Amino acid sequence: MSGLLVALGAAVGASSRFLVATRLDRELPWGTLLVNVAGSFVLGVLTALSLSESATALLGVGFCGGFTTYSAFAVQAVERGPRVGTAYAALTLLLAPAACALGFWLG
Amino acid sequence: MRAARPAPPRLVAAVAVGGALGALARWWLGEAVPDGSGFPWTTFAINLAGSLLLALLPLLAAVRERQVLAVGLGPGLLGGFTTLSAWSEQSRALLHDGQAAVAAAYLFGTLVACLAAVALASRLATAGERAEFAVEGGDE
Repeated sequence: MSGLLVALGAAVGASSRFLVATRLDRELPWGTLLVNVAGSFVLGVLTALSLSESATALLGVGFCGGFTTYSAFAVQAVERGPRVGTAYAALTLLLAPAACALGFWLG
Repeated sequence: MRAARPAPPRLVAAVAVGGALGALARWWLGEAVPDGSGFPWTTFAINLAGSLLLALLPLLAAVRERQVLAVGLGPGLLGGFTTLSAWSEQSRALLHDGQAAVAAAYLFGTLVACLAAVALASRLATAGERAEFAVEGGDE
């Protein structure tokens, strides 16, 4: 049952990320940055709410996990070169954990 | 500069299917080897392996030639397998639990390891192969 919920949440999360990224990613991948920061914020809220196992599988592991991505972040940070890549990595490193902490605090 | 382009429904569907499978693999690994309360080694390994594999994908001719494979495996499978939200949340939780040194080691350790793995892997794929993959949206 949990597996099905994880798969469902991630199908929605990953395809939403793809739609945002293909629209907003430029030389600096603003779309992927937005997705990773927003997904971290939502996971912070969800963690604070201490949801049931099923809700965590669907929304936390599935949706937030599938929505956010470390692989695209790492590849983009390296391939955009030292200047843009460093700015992108720094923005992600600063904003994603901060958004998560804010979400947890509000949740 | 990359132009915004609408994503055709079949590509979005490929990302959804790949993302579901990737997340299932991540969930299954987390159940088999739980992260526990210290350094989250399982999530660390998942993000490192997924980042490395995404950097290696342009080496596969089939992926470069078929856009549906590029997005199904890149933003789909590997995007769904890796997670940045868990990285943020685990770091927050470690800090909250008074494990500031572990939180910092995890936060920076994941970043440095993934970037180094991608930088090494990118040397294997030619600039042309990587450009073709990026144009297909494989790195989104």
